[in-house]
Amino acid sequence: MRPGDRIFQFLTTGAGVFVVSLIGLIGLFLLVQAIPALQADNVNFLTSQTWQTDPNDMKFGIMGLLLVTVYSALLALIIAMPISLGIALFLTQYAPKRLARPFAYVIDLLAAVPSIIYGLWGLMVFAPTIEPVSQWVNDTFSWIPIFAAGNVSPDMRGTIFTAGIVLAVMILPIITSLSREVFERTPTPHIEGALALGATRWEVIRTTVLPFGKAGYIGASMLGLGRALGETIALAIILTGAVGREFTWSLFDGGATFASKIAADYAELNNEISAGAYIAAGLVLFLLTFLVNFAARSIIAKKGD
Amino acid sequence: MSTTLEKTPATTPAFQQVSLARKTKNGVATVLIWLSFLIAVVPLVWLLATVVINGVKRIPYSNWWTEDFGSVLSDEVGGGVLHAVIGSVLQGLVCAIIAVPIGMLVAIYLVEYGRGKLAKVTTFMVDILSGVPSIVAALFIYALWITTFGLPRSGFAVSLALVLLMIPVVVRSSEEMLRIVPDDLREASYALGVPKWKTIMKIVLPTALSGIIGGIMMALARVMGETAPLLVLVGYSAYVNWDIFGGEQAALPLLMNNERVSNPFDEGTVAFDRIWGAALTLVLIIAIVNLLAMLFARLVAPKKK
Repeated sequence: MRPGDRIFQFLTTGAGVFVVSLIGLIGLFLLVQAIPALQADNVNFLTSQTWQTDPNDMKFGIMGLLLVTVYSALLALIIAMPISLGIALFLTQYAPKRLARPFAYVIDLLAAVPSIIYGLWGLMVFAPTIEPVSQWVNDTFSWIPIFAAGNVSPDMRGTIFTAGIVLAVMILPIITSLSREVFERTPTPHIEGALALGATRWEVIRTTVLPFGKAGYIGASMLGLGRALGETIALAIILTGAVGREFTWSLFDGGATFASKIAADYAELNNEISAGAYIAAGLVLFLLTFLVNFAARSIIAKKGD
Repeated sequence: MSTTLEKTPATTPAFQQVSLARKTKNGVATVLIWLSFLIAVVPLVWLLATVVINGVKRIPYSNWWTEDFGSVLSDEVGGGVLHAVIGSVLQGLVCAIIAVPIGMLVAIYLVEYGRGKLAKVTTFMVDILSGVPSIVAALFIYALWITTFGLPRSGFAVSLALVLLMIPVVVRSSEEMLRIVPDDLREASYALGVPKWKTIMKIVLPTALSGIIGGIMMALARVMGETAPLLVLVGYSAYVNWDIFGGEQAALPLLMNNERVSNPFDEGTVAFDRIWGAALTLVLIIAIVNLLAMLFARLVAPKKK
């Protein structure tokens, strides 16, 4: 090999290795920085719901953050999954060919809006609008635990309910665009075969498109879940903190997610010992999103073979 | 009616007799699928309308673009977002200067050299990296840059965190563009005795270049809207600061968050106008960068034979 080639191959391969090692480095650095704080922690890090980062009396646990993070992300996923499926089917099976591309572009625009704008819109515009809805749900179904009165102010604004819906809008584009790609690859002979047997449009979708794209759709939804778990500023703006209250499974609770807690209390990073608590929370968030993304990518990669 | 029926050929397609139940199901599915698309368009229109209507109050005035908030009080009308625009653009550009070469080298590695296990792992890790939440990227840079190296919070630290978020997007789009370059071009070049690295630099890259630039600009637009790294890694300043390596430096999302936290931001307040003005400014910048990206992408749209 010529020297130029050798250098160039070394550079490109080196860049590849660098990116691979980045993931490990992120985990390593967060872990190293979290250890001193974890050693100073006076409550169980995994099971406690308190979050007190007074350097002289560290009492922090992730259970409260974990529950709110997972709960709001799951709510977002439950809302976004059927709608994304509908849009992906609309774009691949229903929209006129000439309009499918511009329509897809419109949905992708949702992903281009910065998340801080989602947060401001969610709290200042969207929350007041759906307030009557949440009030009605709360009044009518309060005997169901998830619709019981929560622990934040009764105006129903900074709740997991609001946050979940806004998150759903934010993860729509990623689920839609990946599902669309998979549905587009449904083999034409399958579709034509179904049509020739006299299937209606819906029957074609149910018997060919959906079975073919199922794995890809699930993978795409998990990527959306990963995005929702890590969303930071929108949730930091929308969710109202509920100081000293335990998580109750009510959708009308407030609270904080891993990401929103770190973003809201960023000033505490200036104290080295308190910072460790937040870095430990960040590490747990990293592991959580890593696992979800890992699973999602594995599903999608298997389908691609 | 009956006479025309008798005249039709005996070979009436069998599937004209679709049962009512099947017809209904098909109809319901069609309505739901159209509906889901409309449901997704509602928040987009609503969101953009909110930003434009609330944001348009201040930005037509020239001082919005030529002044900072340093000389006006926090509840005083006047001043502008020059300092934040400068910060956003500087941090974005520095991020691009670091992320683009790395991302492109990785893409070249994957397309031109990547075989076997390392290439597979690299592809997978790039995907995982794209799922790393921005707050985790910010904490990683905090742990590396500020705690481990003992360097101050600065715009540059923000750029480093944005690099982590930008690399996977650059790799993905560049990879796609490089794969479109026909192999004939590479083979013709090898046949003339041109070394591989020169073939890549002089033949493959220029062919794919405008598409790659388009992808880079989309990635740039995305990272300029990020808020989480700004919170953790740099302080807000109401004055113009050109020094990316030291001192507090504003950026548009940071300005919005700062106004939100430090002032009452109900409708009619100065903070309200500033926040939505900055939001519209950010959306405009992102739209312009995206438009340029589309223009570049169109310039190179893979030539069809």
